[in-house]
Formats: sequence, C-alpha cells, structure tokens
Amino acid sequence: MSEIIRRDPRREWIARNRLHPDNAAVLAALGVNRGGGAVSEWMGPNGVVRKDPRAIGFIGPNGVKRIDRSGLQQGGQATATTTAARDSRRTVTIDQPAFLVAVVPDLTGGRLSGHDKDLLGLARRVADADAEQPGAVVAILFGEYKGEGGGELKEQTLGEAGIDRVVHLDDEFYAGFAPEARLAALSAVEREMTPRFWLFPDSPLGGADLGRRLALRLGERAATGVWQVEADNEASLGWRCTARGAAGSLDIQRPLPRVALALAECAEPVDETRHAAEHLTLAASIPTTLSRIEDLGQVAVDPAGVALAEAEFILSGGNGVKQWDAFHHAAKVLGATEGASRVAVDDGFMARDRQVGATGTWVTARVYMAVGISGAIQHLQGIQRCDKVVAINLDPGCDIIKRADLAVIGDSTQILAALVAMVEQQRGGQRDAA
Amino acid sequence: MQPDLHQKQQQGIDVAVLVSIGRHPTTGRARRAEQDARGLELALAIEAELPGTRISMLHAGSQDDSSEAALRGYLGMGLESMTLLEQPEGSDAILPLVEHLAATSPQLVITGARAERGEGSGLLPYALAEHLGWPLVNSLASVEKVENGVVTLLQALPRGQRRRLKVRLPAIISVDEAAPVARQSAFGPARRATFAITTTTSEADSELAQWHLSPARKRPKRLKIVKAASARDRFKAAASKSEGKGGQVLTDVSPEQGAEAIYKLLKEEDVLR
Ligand SMILES: Cc1cc2nc3c(=O)[nH]c(=O)nc-3n(C[C@H](O)[C@H](O)[C@H](O)COP(=O)(O)OP(=O)(O)OC[C@H]3O[C@@H](n4cnc5c(N)ncnc54)[C@H](O)[C@@H]3O)c2cc1C
Repeated sequence: MSEIIRRDPRREWIARNRLHPDNAAVLAALGVNRGGGAVSEWMGPNGVVRKDPRAIGFIGPNGVKRIDRSGLQQGGQATATTTAARDSRRTVTIDQPAFLVAVVPDLTGGRLSGHDKDLLGLARRVADADAEQPGAVVAILFGEYKGEGGGELKEQTLGEAGIDRVVHLDDEFYAGFAPEARLAALSAVEREMTPRFWLFPDSPLGGADLGRRLALRLGERAATGVWQVEADNEASLGWRCTARGAAGSLDIQRPLPRVALALAECAEPVDETRHAAEHLTLAASIPTTLSRIEDLGQVAVDPAGVALAEAEFILSGGNGVKQWDAFHHAAKVLGATEGASRVAVDDGFMARDRQVGATGTWVTARVYMAVGISGAIQHLQGIQRCDKVVAINLDPGCDIIKRADLAVIGDSTQILAALVAMVEQQRGGQRDAA
Repeated sequence: MQPDLHQKQQQGIDVAVLVSIGRHPTTGRARRAEQDARGLELALAIEAELPGTRISMLHAGSQDDSSEAALRGYLGMGLESMTLLEQPEGSDAILPLVEHLAATSPQLVITGARAERGEGSGLLPYALAEHLGWPLVNSLASVEKVENGVVTLLQALPRGQRRRLKVRLPAIISVDEAAPVARQSAFGPARRATFAITTTTSEADSELAQWHLSPARKRPKRLKIVKAASARDRFKAAASKSEGKGGQVLTDVSPEQGAEAIYKLLKEEDVLR
C-alpha cells in the first residue's frame, strides 16, 4: 500500500451521519466498531487520532452506561482480560542458591495452613534479603499433600507459597506421632543440604515439638515464639529476632539462631511471585530408627464434648430443619459436633452454647455443614474461618450458597436421611468385609 | 483409667516431677506454675492408680522467701518433701537436673511444657530427653496404665482430639493445658513439708544475659493490604463484601445424589470416622 492517504469524502460523510442506512457498514469498513464498543479510537484520514466518545464504555448491569478508564475493561471481553491481569505473579527460579532456608510446614489436613504460609513468607524474606545472592527456600513435607485442585495446580500452590525446592517424605512410618522417624529425616536433610536456617511453625504438636527436637539434636539454642525478624549487621547470621518468652509476658531480642520457631503472622505470606517448587530426593537413605514410641492411633472422642470453637466437623441446623430428632441422629452417625443458628436456638431446639455466629461462637471447623440456614451476615461472620462449607437449603438464591463450597438444593430432611443411610451402609459394608 | 489395675500385681514406679516458680499473669507475683501443677496432679493420679509409686519433686533454682512460698504451693497438694537443687539466680537449670536424674534414674519424668518466667522457651524437656536419651511425649492429657515398663498415654491433639501412645520407660512427658486441672493446695501440709537441699555445680547462663529483655509489647494487628493495579480494583476490593470462590451448586438433584456429593466431600476431607 502506498503511503499517500486517500480520502473518500462520501464515505466520511456517511460515517458522520449516524442516521444514514449505510452508516454501520461504512463504520465497519473504516474500522470503527461501535457494536462491540471495542474500537473507540482510530487513525483519521489526516493522520490525526479520532475518538468516538459514544463508543467508550459499556452498559452496566443496571442499564447505566459505565466508563472504565483503568484500561482493563472494554465492552464485553471484560472477564477474560481481568482474569489474565489477576494472574500476574512473577515467576522466579533460583538455580544457584547462595544458601538454603529450610521450612518444615505443619501441613494440617494435607494443606498449607495460614501459619505455614506466614512462615514461608518469613523464609522468603530471609532468603531474598540480598538480591545479588538469593537463597532458596526448601520445604520438607511429611505425609500426604493434598493441595488445591489436582495435577499441575497442586504443585502450583506450593510454588505460590514461595517454595523453591520440595523434599516430600510420605512414607508410612512418618504418619501419626513419629517424632523419632521425622527427626532422623531432618537430620539427613541437615547432613546433605546444611541449610543456613531452619524455620518451624511454633504450633502445638506440629513444628513446636519437632523444631525443639531438631534444635537440641543440632546443639542450637532455638528461638521460640518468634514474631518479628529484622536485619541486623552485628548479629552472627545477619538477623535479629524478637521472641515471646515467659508465657507471653516478655519480649526477648536476640540474634536469630539457626533454628527458629515462629508464631503465626510473623511475616506476610508470599503473593507476588511464583516459585519453582522443584522436587528433590535425598541421596542417602534415611536410617530407620527403632522407635520407643508406638502410635496406637486416634481415640474416638465424644463429638458433643468437644468445644464448638475448636470442633473439626460441625453439623449446624437452622430454621430449615424440620425434624430435630433426625438432625441429632445425623450428627451422631456422622460424628459431627452440633451447632445452630440463632433462630434454632431462640426457638428452643438447641442450647444457647451451640449458637454459631456474631453473638455466639466463632468456629474454626475444617468442614462446616449448614442445614436449612439462610446465611445471615451475623451467621456468616461466625464461620469466616471455616475451610469448607457445605450447605443444604431449599432456596438457591440465599447467601449461604454464595459462601458454600458445595451446596445442595433440596429438602433438608430428605437429604440428611439419604446421607445417614449412605454412611451407615458404607460402615456396615466395611464391617461385613472385615 | 482402667479399673483392672487394682487387681493386677503391680509395684509402683518412680516418678520425678520437675517444677518451676510460676508468675501470676496480672500481679506478677511468684506462685506455683499452672502447667507444672498439672504435672504434679498427673503424678498424684498415677500414685492413686498404682500403689507403691514414689513421687519425688525437683526444683533447680535459688532459695529465697518468695520462691519458697511458691514451692510450698506444690507441696500443699499432698507431698511431704521435695528436693531443691540449689544454684545461684540466673544459672542454667538443665545441667544439675540432668545430673540428678541420671543419678536417681526415675522411670518417668513429668514436666510442664514451658516456664512462666525467664526465657520460657519450652526447650527444657527436650534438652533433658536429648541428654538422657529418653523418649519424650509432649502435650499429655492422661496416663492410662503402666505395665511391664511400658506406659500407655493419651496425648491431646488440637480440636479436642486424643491420640493413644505406648512408650517404653524410662520416658519424659510434658504437660500443658490439656492435662487435668491441679487440685487446690492445702496450707497446713504445705507448712509442714520439708525441703532437702542439695548444692550443685552450676553454670551461669551467659547467653541469656546478653539478650535484651523487655515486657511484651502488643503485636501490631495485621492489616488487610489490597495490592491492586488500578484504582478501580482497589475500590472494588474495599467496597465489595467478600464472596466465596463460588462453589459447586447442585440444583434439581434427587436427595440421594445430593447426599452422595456431600458424602464424597466428607470422605475427601477425612472427617468421617
Ligand atoms: C444483633 C443480632 C445478632 C445476631 N447474631 C446471630 C448469631 O450470632 N448467629 C446467628 O445464627 N444468627 C444471628 N442473628 C440472627 C440472624 O440475623 C438471622 O436471623 C439468623 O441467622 C437466621 O437463622 P436461619 O438461617 O436459621 O433462619 P432463616 O433465615 O429463616 O433461614 C432458614 C433457611 O432454611 C431454608 N429452609 C426452609 N425449609 C427448608 C427445608 N425443609 N430444607 C432445607 N432448607 C429449608 C430456607 O430456604 C432458609 O434459607 C443475629 C441477629 C441480630 C439482629
């Protein structure tokens, strides 16, 4: 095409005349696409940028024209672009780390807990302090890792938490309470990789136990209850930490030792970068130790005796529960702790101490099953910290459905009955087989 | 506890309980430490179950009026005497305790999980276990039985769960808030009880002396920081109420299909036992 701009006055005239029958066709030919609203700017015939103010923006959900100047949203393609924009984590790979920071997350229920993520954030801070010589974060995972989603997505969550290398040990003898086997594994990691720091979550029965054991094995005086870490050139390892001591009544400032046990919220979790989460295997096999501690497994505890605030699995009933006997029976069969909405409590079906919500108990269950509960804001507040919410409700439009990970629309009595029958049948089947 | 314990021919075991000086959370006065008192309660429960059990109570530290009052708080729970390993203020308690335990070799050592004064790092039981080479179980809820040099214990897990463990003696167990509450201390017996004082070799804790200690500051509250590229995103994050990720919604399903979906999720989450 030649460089000379050729004008067609007639077409320009039609383009200006919005009432002309050929207007749309001419606009399309000129590259002005008003229908989709995508092109609101084009190069005019004289090499001047022309704008069509009417083509900017889009019609919002309420029929009002909206103009979004963030540059993200243009007309109908909004969703595609925003999701792409959200996924803007930088990918970081560290091939030649200057040093290693080892983290042993708790992996409660097979997933990284909030505490674990905070700790990984702290590990990243320590590792990335010197941009010239970045360290790598190696996570040692014991037991099954469930993650979010499956396949590649599963590995991605590890990387997004800030993990560069993963040592995954899910042999059977690490399951349950096996401090001696786990300690042997960590000692093997120490021998092979010699990380500069070992970080543990200071959470009862997870890192708190293992971390102290490792510290003594390595002959380090661990810092426990660490909640703040700052760079400090005078300290031997370059960092200073503030730790809680004396039952939380004292702040101890000391140089950060090699082994540290940190509290929750010790640092911000990683959210801007994605790391490789590359799998490593230990070269030497880990010597199996003869354990003097034998784990006989968990003991069945009466779920009704467990405090609501720390129950793991709650079956909660609201105004939509019509047969309370069946509800109590279901809770017993499922082995769930019972909870209730305020209406169920006010109507006298449940005790006051079973109320979940703003004026009741704030629960932390891993699985919260809401039966016939509409999800009023006062109730939803109480279940903020629950992992998975299951809702059974007649109304597909109510608020609990938006919060729920799995919602079943139907009558609560029938669905609970079906669920109880299914669980009983499965248990019966197992017993027959055994 | 098991009722059949009484019928069995059992000789008791030697239990050593390690106690420290506590600190009242509001007044800061010396008192018996909460967790250590629970440890002693546990030892007394074992004694009640296993006649012939000998409890020896140990404290390593300096002797003065306030600490003596605190220690008598333990004695008032039903002991006639205790051993005090005397050492100057600010010394490391681990060494004399290890020496004493190695010399007297009790079968079971009970400690609190962490002290209410000083560093309070909770490392002491682990240090003892490492030095003595004995197994250690933390966060104990109760002792079920002691038989042929093996003790069966219930360990407290988060969320009110319990785990049963079998541990070969000699062993160290540490207790925290999950163990049964300590009984009250009786004043008269506490006055009458005696101390056996031993002087020990002790080393000053020089590392602790170098650290900077201050009363606990309030931790800053974590702010919800919204990292968004544009003003519009920031506004949306601030104004919109957080909606769930939008889970799976099953409409028009039979109760059985609905129940099956729920059952699958419960199985996946491993909450059905
Ligand atoms: C100051 C204040 C504090 C409050 N604090 C709390 C609090 O702490 N905790 C709390 O829970 N509430 C609290 N409330 C009350 C709250 O606002 C709601 O009124 C209450 O949570 C509603 O309870 P509900 O969901 O059980 O009942 P409803 O809102 O009546 O919902 C019943 C639901 O059951 C469904 N349903 C009906 N029949 C069936 C059926 N057969 N099968 C299946 N589903 C069925 C319906 O579709 C509906 O969604 C508070 C209110 C105030 C003003």
